[in-house]
Amino acid sequence: MHELSIREMSEALRDRRISSRELTQHFLDRIAHFDARLNSFITVTPERALQQADAADARLAQGADTAPPLLGIPLAEKDIFCTEGVRTSCGSKMLDNFIAPYSATAVRKLHDEAGAVLLGKCNMDEFAMGSSNETSFYGPVKNPWDETRVPGGSSGGSAAAVAASLAPAATATDTGGSIRQPAALTGLTGIKPTYGRVSRYGMIAFASSLDQGGVLAHSAEDAAYVLQAMAGFDPRDSTSVDRPVEDYTATLNAPLKGLRIGLPGEYFTDGLDAKVRVAIDAATEVFRQLGAEVRPVSLPHAALAVPTYYVVAPAEASSNLSRYDGVRYGHRTEGATSLEELYRKSRAEGFGAEVQRRIMVGTYVLSHGYYDAYYRQAQKVRRLIAQDFDAAFQQVDMLLGPTTTDIAFKLGEKTADPVSMYLNDVYTIAANLAGIPAMNLPCGFKTVGDAELPIGLQLMGSAFTEARLLNAAHQYQQATGWHQRRPVNFE
Amino acid sequence: MSLGLEQVHQIATLARLELTDEQTERYSGQLSAILELVDELRAADTTGVEAMNHPLGMTQRLRPDTATEPNRRDAFQEVAPAVDNGLYLVPKVI
Repeated sequence: MHELSIREMSEALRDRRISSRELTQHFLDRIAHFDARLNSFITVTPERALQQADAADARLAQGADTAPPLLGIPLAEKDIFCTEGVRTSCGSKMLDNFIAPYSATAVRKLHDEAGAVLLGKCNMDEFAMGSSNETSFYGPVKNPWDETRVPGGSSGGSAAAVAASLAPAATATDTGGSIRQPAALTGLTGIKPTYGRVSRYGMIAFASSLDQGGVLAHSAEDAAYVLQAMAGFDPRDSTSVDRPVEDYTATLNAPLKGLRIGLPGEYFTDGLDAKVRVAIDAATEVFRQLGAEVRPVSLPHAALAVPTYYVVAPAEASSNLSRYDGVRYGHRTEGATSLEELYRKSRAEGFGAEVQRRIMVGTYVLSHGYYDAYYRQAQKVRRLIAQDFDAAFQQVDMLLGPTTTDIAFKLGEKTADPVSMYLNDVYTIAANLAGIPAMNLPCGFKTVGDAELPIGLQLMGSAFTEARLLNAAHQYQQATGWHQRRPVNFE
Repeated sequence: MSLGLEQVHQIATLARLELTDEQTERYSGQLSAILELVDELRAADTTGVEAMNHPLGMTQRLRPDTATEPNRRDAFQEVAPAVDNGLYLVPKVI
C-alpha cells in the first residue's frame, strides 16, 4: 500500500478499494514499527489522524466527484509549521512546551481545505539551522539508505520519513537548501518554490527574506499534487505573492522538445565528486534525448553565494529569534531575579549551540560599525548573484547541476567544524538568495561498502516556473527509474 | 576577522545570551572561522550596485486599517510561562 503514488492512493480511495482509515493506519503502523531506528518524527498524532481519516471517508462516501485530490491522503508536517493543538517545537528545547494556538496557512490548506490527514510532526535541525539534522534538540535523524549516515537537513526528518515510506509525502522548508539537500541525500524529489508562492504565515521564521515552504515526495507528480494544495496568495503573509497558482499536474506530460537547459560551469568544478558528476552527465544526456537543447552558461558570482548567505541569514535570524524571551511562550529559566537575567538565561538554556552561533554572527554583522562592511555589502552581492540568474534565464529556460558535492556523509563527521557543514549548501544557497524555484530529483546511486547512496540533480528556473520544473522532472522520471528505488531495510 | 573573548562577550550581551567562560572560548574560535568565510565578500566589487532587500523586488503590501482578527488573548496566554489576570508576569523591574 505504501508504494503507491499519491495519484494511485487517491484513485483507490475514490473507488472505495481502500479507506482513508486503512491507509492512515498502515502508515501509523509503519511509523510505530520503523521510526525508533530513524527518529524522523518528533510528535506522532495517531488519534487526530484517525479522526481526520474517518472524516475523509465520510466525505468520500457522500460522493467522490467533488473531492479534492488529497482528501484522505496521509501527510507528515515538518515541525516548523504551527499546528493548532499540537506541539510545534521547531526542533528546539525553546519550544518543547509550545502547543501552537493556531495553524499555519499551509497546514490549514492541506488538512482543513484539501482534506489530507496529519500523521505527525517531523524532526528537523533546530530552528532549521543545519544541514544534517544533528542540531535537533530531539536527536539526530538517520538516513534510511544507511543508518550510519545523515539524512541531510534541515528537513531531515521529513526526508527520512518519506524515503522510508513512513509517509507518502511531507512538507518541508528551504532557507538555503533545506528541502533540496535532504532530498538529494535520501533519494527524493523535493521542490522549493519561488519566494512568496507558499504562505509563511505560521511557519516559524528563520530568515524571512529566504524562507520558503515546499514539499518532499517520491516523484514530481506526487510533489505537484501536494504543492498545488499548499501554494497560493495569503493576505496574512505580507510577502505572499498575489498571483494565480498554475495547474501543476496539468502540464506534467508536456513534451520537452525545444526546452533550453543551461549547465552552469561554476557548478562543475573540482569540489564535485567524480561519481556524482558522472550521474549528472548521464541525466543531462537523458534530457537531451527527451528533446532538450543543452548549453553551457555562467553564474560568475556563484562562489560568493555561501559567504553572502552566512551574513544575510544569521542577520535575519538574530532579529527573528529575539522574540524568544521567556515571557510570552517557550522556555523560561527558573528563579531569575531580574528581567535581564530572565532573557539571558532563558535564551542560553533554550537555544542549542548552532542557533547561538548564528544569533551571534547576525548580531555582530548588524552591529554599529560593521553593518556596512558585512550586511550592506552582502545585500549588494546578493543582487549580483540574482543578476547572474537573470542573465542566464535570458539564454535558457532552466539550469541543471548537482544539488550536493557528494552523497550523504557520516553522522558526526562534520559537527565539530561549523564551516565545513556550511559548505554543504554551496550549490543550493544561490536559489534562495535570488528567490527562484529549484528542485532536486534522484539521478543515480553511489556504492560505498555495502550501501548504495542516492545522488541528486538540481533544476532551477526563473521566478514562478514551478510548473515547468515539475514537468521537466516528471518527464525525466518517465524515462528513468531512480525515483522508484526504495531502501531495502524498510519494506 | 578574528574575534577575541571580550568581543564575543560583548556580542553575547547584545544578543541576550548568557555564556560560560568555556562557551565564550569555544565560540571565539568558531565565530572567527565563520567570519573568515564571509570575509570573501569584501573583495567583491559592488560599486554602484543597489542593495537587495527583497528577492522579488516587491514592496510592502498595505491593507485597510481595520480589525480582521478576533481577540484570542486567553488562547495565546495559555502557552505563556506565567500570567495573571491577562498580564504576563516577569521579575520585578523597578
